[in-house]
Amino acid sequence: MNAALVAVYAFRETLRRRVFLAVLVLTTAFVALYWLGARFVFSKTSGFSGNPVVDENVVRGASVFGLALFATYFLGCVLAIFLTLGAIRGEAERGLLQPLVARPVGRSSLIGGRLLAAVLVCVPYVVVVYAIVLAITRHTLHWAPDRQLEPMLALMLAVTIIAALSLLGSVFLAPIANGITVFMLLGIGMVAGLLGQIGVVMKIHSLERIAEASSWIAPFEALYQRSLFALTAETSGVTKTVLSLGPFGGPQAGPSQLWLWSLGYLALVTAAVLAAFARLDL
Amino acid sequence: MPPALTTRALVKRYGRTTALAGVDLEIAPGELVGLLGPNGAGKSTLTKIVCGIVRSSGGEAKVCGARAGSRSARAAIGYLAELFRFPDWLSAEEVLVLHQRLASSRGGADERRDLLGLVGLTDARRVRVSAMSKGMQQRLGVAQALVGRPRLLLLDEPTSALDPAGRRTVRELLERLREREIAVLLNSHLLSEVELVCDRVAILSHGRLVAAGAMNELTRSRGLEVETSAGVRLIEDVGRAQVPQLVRELVAAGEDVFSVRLVRSTLEEAFLELTGSDAA
Repeated sequence: MNAALVAVYAFRETLRRRVFLAVLVLTTAFVALYWLGARFVFSKTSGFSGNPVVDENVVRGASVFGLALFATYFLGCVLAIFLTLGAIRGEAERGLLQPLVARPVGRSSLIGGRLLAAVLVCVPYVVVVYAIVLAITRHTLHWAPDRQLEPMLALMLAVTIIAALSLLGSVFLAPIANGITVFMLLGIGMVAGLLGQIGVVMKIHSLERIAEASSWIAPFEALYQRSLFALTAETSGVTKTVLSLGPFGGPQAGPSQLWLWSLGYLALVTAAVLAAFARLDL
Repeated sequence: MPPALTTRALVKRYGRTTALAGVDLEIAPGELVGLLGPNGAGKSTLTKIVCGIVRSSGGEAKVCGARAGSRSARAAIGYLAELFRFPDWLSAEEVLVLHQRLASSRGGADERRDLLGLVGLTDARRVRVSAMSKGMQQRLGVAQALVGRPRLLLLDEPTSALDPAGRRTVRELLERLREREIAVLLNSHLLSEVELVCDRVAILSHGRLVAAGAMNELTRSRGLEVETSAGVRLIEDVGRAQVPQLVRELVAAGEDVFSVRLVRSTLEEAFLELTGSDAA
């Protein structure tokens, strides 16, 4: 009950900051750009491979949609980080937190409410943007991913984990330091994921192992890789090989227990936030 | 009825720094106690431990019999932090609604009206925090602290941002709280203010309670100030009982006596003496 109350106020705070307005404007710009790009790709790339064995429609669709997936993931993470980076230490420094913590409300409710508010913004955002770019891709490029639900679910869980990590950082770090830390974590995850992709394409097992290890440490990146993988999970042959050479080619499915581990990871991070906040002197 | 606040050998350490070094303090229900001390004496730390936003390193603190920081203890307190802010997009009334919900107060609109009236913000109920002066926000902070009819009110420098009229409003408010049997721990640098409203004063220095008692227990008689035709002078080591004899002697000595006044040391003098500091 109290967590819901805190979530409602945090949500209203987000509205007040005009985050929604800025996000709406920039997302509209991104979607418009994507639609334009998809149209150009469709109209200008007929017969580009010169190979009748390659399914050009799949290559076009998967490549362009891979870009959209990356943008959706990145924008969702940006939103998750900015909504939570100053949730604890930042708000305590501004004097906003003390009047709330002194009330007979559990600290777990305060944290739960903040996480809930961030998730209620980020997850629907990812769902809406994913649905729009999928609709554009289907309509403009006449192509749809092999698995349509899995990429969306993976991105939803990935941004939720990022929000929880940023909340954890907000217990220990000032807002700017926390933002930098979480963005760098995101960047390291991306680099590890790209190394894994290169490892798959070039058959370098040590790179693949690095990517595998990073998927345990940073499951948000593994989930993003899984979402890319799901786009062409059922595709095979020369088309698959051509795809793997592209900018979003060679994604890994990740460990078989990725979903379970990601949920467990989220629970662990949330437990760490609760434990850290419970011990924090304000 | 248990005391509104009891601390026993309360200790707080921040790394190697000891902020509180074993503080024993008791506040009876409805009692108004001023907490004084130089900067860094541990006043805010003590207040924060009592309201549960800082954990103690040793000893115990109880609010109305419940362990400080527990849910029932927090339900019994109202707290105004030294540094606080409300979401600036909320109106005065919305701030109180939020805190009523968090405190599970059933006071509703009547309580909000009463509290806004108490702090002189009746006409500002729809004004957003962003449009309020610092003084108005401070008064709203006091109203917020009173949501849910707390039995112990912890005020950390409640008048620091107020003009003289605002300070007077808070002083009058504190007097009215006494009628409602709400105990108050007033942490303030303004000794004159504490002197005017508090039943007792506790003085902290370097994390230790160096004195606690009623105003006349902390201050001492300095003698008699006598105004005669020869001028004004202070005669030390004499009290009220010696006034008739003293006047007779002065008249016999040919002096005209215009006034005789008992002089006590001020709270400020007692404070400086006890803490060994130059300023409050």
